[in-house]
Amino acid sequence: MIENRLARRKVLQWFAAFAAVDANGGPVLGRAVVPGVVNGYGTDPSLATFNQRGDYWSLTMTQQQRAVTEALADIILPADDHGPAASAVGVVDFVDEWISAPYPRQEQDREVIIPGIAWIDSEAEKRFGALFSDLVDPLQKQAICDDLCDSAAQSKGQRQAVQFFHRFTTICTGAYYSTPEGWQAVGYVGNMPSGAFAGPPVEVLDLLNLTQTVLE
Amino acid sequence: MATIPISRSKKEYDVVIVGSGAGGGQMAYTLCLAGLKCVMLEAGRSYVPETETPMMQRGDHAPLGGSSTPDKPFGFYDATVNGGWEVPNEPYTQGSDNPEEQFRWWRARMLGGRTNHWGRISLRNGPYDFKPFSRDGLGFDWPIGYEDVEPYYTKVERLIGVYGTNEGLENTPDSPAGVLQPPPKGRVGDLMTQKAGKAMGVPVVPIHRAVLTRPMDGKKLAAQLHPEDADTQKIVAESMVNRAPCFWATDCGRGCSIRANYQSTTVHLPPALATGNLDIIADAHVREVIIGKDGKAKGVLFIDKTTGKEERVLGKAVVLAASSGESVRIMLNSNGGEGIANSSGLVGKYIMDTVGSDLRGQIPALENLPPHNDDGAGGCHFYSPWWLYKDQLAGRLDFARGYHIEIGGTRRMPEGNLPVPAHYLKGLYGTKLKEEARRYYGSFISLSCRGEMIPNEGSYADLDPDVTDKWGIPVMRWHWKWSDHELNMAAHAQKTFTAIIEEMGGTALTNPQKSGRDTILQGGQVIHEVGGAIMGEDRATSVCNQWNQTWDIDNLFLCDGAPFASNADKNPTQTIMALAWRSGEYLVDQARKGNL
Ligand SMILES: Cc1cc2nc3c(=O)[nH]c(=O)nc-3n(C[C@H](O)[C@H](O)[C@H](O)COP(=O)(O)OP(=O)(O)OC[C@H]3O[C@@H](n4cnc5c(N)ncnc54)[C@H](O)[C@@H]3O)c2cc1C
Ligand code: SF4
Repeated sequence: MIENRLARRKVLQWFAAFAAVDANGGPVLGRAVVPGVVNGYGTDPSLATFNQRGDYWSLTMTQQQRAVTEALADIILPADDHGPAASAVGVVDFVDEWISAPYPRQEQDREVIIPGIAWIDSEAEKRFGALFSDLVDPLQKQAICDDLCDSAAQSKGQRQAVQFFHRFTTICTGAYYSTPEGWQAVGYVGNMPSGAFAGPPVEVLDLLNLTQTVLE
Repeated sequence: MATIPISRSKKEYDVVIVGSGAGGGQMAYTLCLAGLKCVMLEAGRSYVPETETPMMQRGDHAPLGGSSTPDKPFGFYDATVNGGWEVPNEPYTQGSDNPEEQFRWWRARMLGGRTNHWGRISLRNGPYDFKPFSRDGLGFDWPIGYEDVEPYYTKVERLIGVYGTNEGLENTPDSPAGVLQPPPKGRVGDLMTQKAGKAMGVPVVPIHRAVLTRPMDGKKLAAQLHPEDADTQKIVAESMVNRAPCFWATDCGRGCSIRANYQSTTVHLPPALATGNLDIIADAHVREVIIGKDGKAKGVLFIDKTTGKEERVLGKAVVLAASSGESVRIMLNSNGGEGIANSSGLVGKYIMDTVGSDLRGQIPALENLPPHNDDGAGGCHFYSPWWLYKDQLAGRLDFARGYHIEIGGTRRMPEGNLPVPAHYLKGLYGTKLKEEARRYYGSFISLSCRGEMIPNEGSYADLDPDVTDKWGIPVMRWHWKWSDHELNMAAHAQKTFTAIIEEMGGTALTNPQKSGRDTILQGGQVIHEVGGAIMGEDRATSVCNQWNQTWDIDNLFLCDGAPFASNADKNPTQTIMALAWRSGEYLVDQARKGNL
């Protein structure tokens, strides 16, 4: 079913990076994974269960990659009046599961995210003399992110970095808003069984100058 | 659900039913309740909605937030088992490399078929829809009229439970008083669209969907449906009272464990099984209909997928309801690949889907609305039935048939994808991103054109001469063509939708100046495929008669969408059920007369 496996060259590169970090602490969930061989959840997974990240395929990020993911995700979705920080609602595991997944879209993302994470560490080192995950001053992290928001980026390298930031943000945002905390932040109310459906409240109808046309 | 292995099957049944979806489910219901002994063969596995449906699971409980993958193209929680645009081990092919001439085929391999995850939109065809050729000289008339099918629409609505209203609109039939369940309240998007429509002359009214908004009065309904038989009433009433009304949460596409919406597995099969007259064999992939020396159908040959062995079951009549494409395939593969019931040469011809074209708008008035529960009945609440019959008749439009507009929800539960289109958050992070997500969430309304396709010579299916499935059975090869009627309709829909969105003070998300070709969905993509064995007045111009009975083999019945002679804008499933019920009563009558 799954086509467009990682090109062999990429797999080797990726493995090289994997092995290098493995020596200092290993991937977080330990089980080694061979990209391109693992299977997805198949066409008949059990649906009425509550899955944990890593149930179907191993999470493959190294500790350092996860540390960067956490630092960056929490800049993108920080704790504020709207809700908790991304890392408090499982976004790091989600990103790890996402880039470890054996599906084409996720494999494409992996090829953007993994190098992007390495890049942002080296960028932080270059600019501030510390890995991105070790930066303490949020202004320093924001300074890097501000550059990555610039869609007018010129060079190929810049464009890749911008693309990385956009994909990374998209994955984190999807993850964040799939949680009850995210629902509250965005204003979703529901997924609660109830004896009746009241429709939009009067307050909302009035704001929009609408009248409910389905009456009892 | 209760299934049997082939080893426990009877020597001969009254009727062999192939497929367990809308058509097969209805047939099993009608025949078994009337006392006929039936066996149902289903290529997919058994399925138990009560325990397998993910009701309250959230995106963060699913791998990848539940988002679409090749294994589950409509997302992790979609009810589809072993299906989607591709089915493992069962390929299909295209007659052309040109995507415009290709057909996409959505299948499911599970008890209940695609009724486990369909949209539950349950519309009656109107009087015009059975006589389209007489109205405009295009396509074909059906050999029956609305008045022939009306009693069966009413029966189906009583049995499955359909919400909606009677609006008295042209070619949009009312149901008899007291048949429909009350509709759910309008959501913000529905009411906005309704108001804009009013200003533009586009009617927007509650849609009809097979979802219970109230408990069923089982005793009363069963007595109305089966006045002649107290035992039958008891079985039907019991099944009805075991269905709960909608609890106003969760997407119906996941299925419904409380049996509040129609699925064959929660509505048709439980009472059919309760009669003791139904045996279901799952994982039974039917290859062909067995034809006797007398030219009659004797049963079917199938692959038991659990063993890989070829098996057979026998019956006095055979009903094919494997979904229109699969039933056509079985017919073409029968008789040593020579095909059956095909003296007209029309088996596989005139495949139709629905014209689809969608547009989304962003409505500033909906930004930053106070949060409120918008889940509703897990699908569409309002729609616009086709409203331009008069203009069409007067020749003022450049397409011959109508479309309806389905209105897409506003504040749906965010799962693992962005809660607003990516474009609205691009270049943002931090609290600003959260503010903008909250601002835009719920400010989008999507409008979907679902329109009538006129049958044409270029849209058909045949067997691929080279490709077979895992069991060596030749597969379908599709050929597709839209005519200008469909393309012009799609262009008209885009213009109309843009105008509605602008009337609401909003902006369309994509360029409305597209041609019909640029905006129309691919053939098959709306998943309303019908035709391939059309019904008609005579054996030269059709494959079956008004009873879904093939002209050539009088104990072979086609009870899915295959006999459709046209494909009105009305979604097809309720008509499949109504015709199956009608055909089933005819079959019972033939059995009682000793004609099987
Ligand atoms: C996402 C989605 C939304 C939809 N929404 C709507 C809607 O709102 N309104 C509407 O009217 N319609 C809708 N439809 C279409 C609707 O699902 C179909 O019209 C309906 O299910 C057709 O019923 P059927 O019995 O012909 O086929 P199916 O429901 O597909 O059932 C056919 C069964 O036959 C089995 N089968 C196939 N081949 C064989 C074989 N060789 N041997 C044995 N068994 C076989 C299949 O496994 C399947 O279980 C929707 C479909 C989808 C996928
Ligand atoms: S919305 Fe209602 S009918 Fe649909 S799945 Fe949920 S409870 Fe069942």
